[in-house]
Amino acid sequence: MSLSVPQVRGQQKSLPAFLSRFLKDPKALIATTYLLLLILLSVLAPWIAPYSPTDQNFAEALAEPSTAHLFGTDDLGRDVLSRLIYGAGYSLYASFLAVSIATLIGAPLGLLAGFLGSWVDTVISRIIDTLLSFPGIVLAIGVTGALGIGLTHGMVAVGLVFSPIMARLARAQTLVVKNELYVDAARSFGASTWRLLYRHILPNAVQPLIVQITLLLAMALLAEASLSFLGLGVQPPDPSWGGMLARAYIYMDLVPAQMYAPGIAILLTALAFNALGESLRVYLDPTMKGL
Amino acid sequence: MKRIAKSSIAVRRLAQVVPVMVLATLVVFGLMHIVPGDPAVVLAGDQATGERIEEIRQLYGFDQPFLIQYWNWLSDAMRGDLSQSLLSSESVSVLIAQNFPNTLLVVVYAMVISLVIGVPLGIAAAIRAGSAADAAVGALSSVGVAMPNFWLGMILVSFFALSLGWFPATGAGSITEDFPEAIWRGTLPAVALAAGGIAEISRQVRSALLEVLSSQFVRTLRAKGLSSRTILWKHGLKNISVTLLTVTGLLFNRLLGGTVVVEAIFAYPGMGNLIVRAAINKDFPVVQGVVLSMVVVVVLTNLIIDILCGLIDPRVSQK
Repeated sequence: MSLSVPQVRGQQKSLPAFLSRFLKDPKALIATTYLLLLILLSVLAPWIAPYSPTDQNFAEALAEPSTAHLFGTDDLGRDVLSRLIYGAGYSLYASFLAVSIATLIGAPLGLLAGFLGSWVDTVISRIIDTLLSFPGIVLAIGVTGALGIGLTHGMVAVGLVFSPIMARLARAQTLVVKNELYVDAARSFGASTWRLLYRHILPNAVQPLIVQITLLLAMALLAEASLSFLGLGVQPPDPSWGGMLARAYIYMDLVPAQMYAPGIAILLTALAFNALGESLRVYLDPTMKGL
Repeated sequence: MKRIAKSSIAVRRLAQVVPVMVLATLVVFGLMHIVPGDPAVVLAGDQATGERIEEIRQLYGFDQPFLIQYWNWLSDAMRGDLSQSLLSSESVSVLIAQNFPNTLLVVVYAMVISLVIGVPLGIAAAIRAGSAADAAVGALSSVGVAMPNFWLGMILVSFFALSLGWFPATGAGSITEDFPEAIWRGTLPAVALAAGGIAEISRQVRSALLEVLSSQFVRTLRAKGLSSRTILWKHGLKNISVTLLTVTGLLFNRLLGGTVVVEAIFAYPGMGNLIVRAAINKDFPVVQGVVLSMVVVVVLTNLIIDILCGLIDPRVSQK
């Protein structure tokens, strides 16, 4: 016996059709292009970057922008442009790691809470409430301090801190979907809990989750930049945009221009993730229909 | 009758706070136990002797079962004893009492700025939905949300402190001895923090107001011949007050987190600098104390806001 996933919530057309419609939205097109270029840049960094991101050259420390160093050099004589290019990879890795962890922990818990109800829901909901009461970055700093300082630990901490956001949304979506007629139908045919969740609830609850994942990527990026700025994320000599800002800040009265490039990189990338999320929401989130 | 109903909401909300508090304290206490390896060895530091490690183990009760340790820690914490800093041997409660007021000053200051600027922007955008002004507010709030607050802080320091010299670049004033000075020195950190708050508030006010203005009852009021102005001020804003309160509560939580990073820019003596220094130096009692006091403040704020929402809007209390 097999029950296909019904198209109750509509708008589940083929991927090419979705893409062609989605990319007609100029905001979505710009954001997607920017993010694809950024991914390409970070993958091709060894070939594109003019210098090594970690090679020091004290003779040229704190140099103004020139043809040799388009964005100048930092206090250790490292090429700022190269560090910016390599930094993109660390930022993207960090964002995807944190959001993957948040999704892998949060979404299943939310699904279970919403689907099983009763005491499971009460317990999971209380845990969600509790974790949401912590100022995110503060708890992340605490967890990072405990696990040991470093980018991966920092982003595991951020992922844990974000997981209740995913859980709450997955729970709310499940509550909506589980009362749909097709779920009742599948249940009355004897579908197992696992099958109900995996085949019927998840596919129909997943669209708002995709939107939330995109928006969380922006938050994770900002969290990584903050942690690296504070010295709790990417560790020197590895390049990171937040870490570059921390150094630029120390030498702000000598070379004030150096604080702009990394800040703009963070701002643009966060803007792009958010713009992508907002555009996706228009197409994917059923509650946004007609707005 | 009415009074009974209202006090029972407060009681019910209080009853919900208890499990959240228990879980929150468990999380804070658990921080010490996710440390890889033996916490006593970690706490004792790199050059510790076996005796010192044993001493620490006894002092923190690591030789006892988890729940007993938790209970001892919790009952000490409730008496205001949050143990001592491993770095300076100062009492953690004293450190928090010294630093928390500075942080709260900046957070409340930033919240006031967010509301004073964000609410009018949101109203303006909603009543002219679809106009250029609406688009401008939307763009501004997109940038505000995506802007790293510490970077904005750096830009503010560069212009208003270093170039123009209008504000001091670093430090805080004493709240009790010289309040105007404290406000003065808190201004740049508060502005850096408020950018995201303005964005969030204006966005939420806009969408809540749009929803109210497009609802059935507003249509009826319009049909009755009420002017747009009366509808907005008398009915529109009254109906978004609960949304505004809820958003303010969420914002408080976010600003409290955001200040941690902003304080680093301004070398501002608050909870942020306290916890960052402690996390880098593995000074766990201080880390726990900061996280604990912040979560307690957030939970209590949420409680007050929930009760206020119930008082303002009877529909909330019927849920």
